Amino acid sequence: MADTPLITARHLHKTYSMGDVEVHALRSVSLDIHRTEFVAIMGASGSGKSTFMNILGCLDVPTKGEYLLDGVDVGKLDKNMLARIRNEKIGFVFQGFNLLSRTTALENVELPMFYNNLSNKERTERAMEALRIVGLADRHHHMPNQLSGGQQQRVAIARSLVNQPSIILADEPTGNLDSRTSVEVMEIFQDLNDRGITILLVTHEADIAEYTKRNVIFKDGKVRTDIMVEKRRSATEILKTLPAIGDDAGEEEAA
Amino acid sequence: MSILNILKVAMRSLNRNKLRSFLTMLGIIIGVGAVIAMMAVGYGAQTRIQDQIATLGTNVLMIFPGSSNQGGVRGGMGSSSSLTTDDLAAIKEQCTAVQMASPAIRTGGQIVYGDNNWASTIMGGTAEYFPIRNWPLSSGQYFTEADVRGATKVCVLGQTVVDNLFRGGECIGAVIRIKKLPFKVVGVLAMKGQSAQGTDQDDIIIAPFTTVQKKVMGQTHLNTVLVSAVSDDAMGEAQAQITELLRVRHKLQAWEDNDFTVRSQTEIANAAESTTQVLTILLASIASISLLVGGIGIMNIMLVSVTERTREIGIRMSIGARGRDILFQFLIEAVVLSVLGGTIGVITGVTASKLISALAGWPTMVSATSVAMAFVFSAAVGIFFGFYPARKAAMLNPIDALRYE
Ligand SMILES: Nc1ncnc2c1ncn2[C@@H]1O[C@H](COP(=O)(O)OP(=O)(O)OP(=O)(O)O)[C@@H](O)[C@H]1O
Ligand SMILES: [Mg+2]
Repeated sequence: MADTPLITARHLHKTYSMGDVEVHALRSVSLDIHRTEFVAIMGASGSGKSTFMNILGCLDVPTKGEYLLDGVDVGKLDKNMLARIRNEKIGFVFQGFNLLSRTTALENVELPMFYNNLSNKERTERAMEALRIVGLADRHHHMPNQLSGGQQQRVAIARSLVNQPSIILADEPTGNLDSRTSVEVMEIFQDLNDRGITILLVTHEADIAEYTKRNVIFKDGKVRTDIMVEKRRSATEILKTLPAIGDDAGEEEAA
Repeated sequence: MSILNILKVAMRSLNRNKLRSFLTMLGIIIGVGAVIAMMAVGYGAQTRIQDQIATLGTNVLMIFPGSSNQGGVRGGMGSSSSLTTDDLAAIKEQCTAVQMASPAIRTGGQIVYGDNNWASTIMGGTAEYFPIRNWPLSSGQYFTEADVRGATKVCVLGQTVVDNLFRGGECIGAVIRIKKLPFKVVGVLAMKGQSAQGTDQDDIIIAPFTTVQKKVMGQTHLNTVLVSAVSDDAMGEAQAQITELLRVRHKLQAWEDNDFTVRSQTEIANAAESTTQVLTILLASIASISLLVGGIGIMNIMLVSVTERTREIGIRMSIGARGRDILFQFLIEAVVLSVLGGTIGVITGVTASKLISALAGWPTMVSATSVAMAFVFSAAVGIFFGFYPARKAAMLNPIDALRYE
């Protein structure tokens, strides 16, 4: 098993038909992602990055092609099995955070565990632990509208990792954040990756991609470039050089 | 997701739109409340009738002029004039199963004594009226058969009439005026208290029926005859004998219906009960209509809620909620709405029936069955009308739901 990739995408196609116009969002994308990789997907707007991520996240299905997650052919699974995979194996982080409004940070983080029947006690403990990892343990009772964008995204990250997924998929997680907050989020991702979690993220920003280990560039629904990052940036180091503005500093202790 | 957690989520989301939730429940509240209150009145009436049988005695038959239908009471009963004094005499003479018989002619009128005025019921009977109704005296004496034959103007008073006319003064021997005619008071009846219908049984004046017929009402026929059978077991025989005798006396041919009705208390109670049943069916249909309207209201709001919360549904699905988790979430929300409405409805209904008892003086009784039914039905309404919106939510595609603006 150690050699089988965590994710194997083979000739994925996605075609949207809008009336008589057909939009080819993906035209034969093939990609392998191994455990503990940290991959950034880049590319022009409309090149099919989100479409690809949604398919990997089992939120959407390809029109054609094969997708194996952990050796399982996802295309052969029914809706309930897909829901189970989303719950157990995948953590999704969205550009727009997608937290439940009027629900506390803690409850938002607990949410995935409601769907796999953990005891109330264990649920709360694990959610608090996840919030601690993203440095928001002290804000657990805050509602999303009482948190900054960066904090909301950190809650979303805590939610994505609370079920100990095989992979975290993040579609433009820093898209709505300022540069310093973006680096802080990248610091969390680097920290999680160091703990052995596989991460795949979409970004428009080249400097964000430099915090990852591998960059895949999409163009017109195809993979155009796939390179390893040679000089990987450390978010912790970069943060030391940035002036602290606005957001509360104090999560320097990232391991 | 465990039931408890789903319940919590449902309560919270209903709590967020308090007014909306309340308005949605209103249909159910009104429907259930109305039914509970009406059932309480109906059930109260039924118990009353059963009480009545107990107080009047199980061996008493009533004879009315006019025919009747099985199961229902015809309007004509008691109003035609086919029952005469001679019939009464013949019954007493020839029906061996009959022990006593007395007319019970009822009218109302103003009674005056000195400066005091009182409107009461005037009942005409024979001396046997008292033993048939098992009604002792508290003072004085009953009027006699001689009084009946002579149509003398004497009367026996109920305690309420005494209280209102004499206000503590001596009444035996006094002369009161009933519809302007002077009557001598010979006796006072023992208190009977409220009847099963809630009317005051002591608000009555009993006089010889001959006097009441001729002097007060100016009629010759009898509205009602009370008959007691020699024993409880002889009821059927007495009824058969009376029927046969009256058919012969009234010269009825075999194909003709009876022009009179002989009923036992039990039969009258049964007739009243079947009336109550009709009422119950009527109520049940009103209830189902209001529950239907309430249910449609719930469905409507749930559809709105599903649309409003499409994004929430998408988020929940993206982190692993299955279709059935979403289905249960919305279904339970609908059921909570309807059962909560049902509960408030039960409380409203119980309060309303208490008020009816207090204000109108009708005895009411909330039965456990009607409360249980209210819960079962409101839950059923929630499930039935909540299912479609919930299914609609559950069928959503995760990615479409997430993209929904
Ligand atoms: N639901 C849809 N219906 C029709 N066309 C769609 C749909 N979703 C995406 N597309 C089309 O598919 C193509 C790829 O879209 P996608 O969202 O994957 O791009 P992207 O690379 O994520 O772009 P961006 O960087 O702007 O987020 C686009 O041309 C888009 O218009
Ligand atoms: Mg995109």
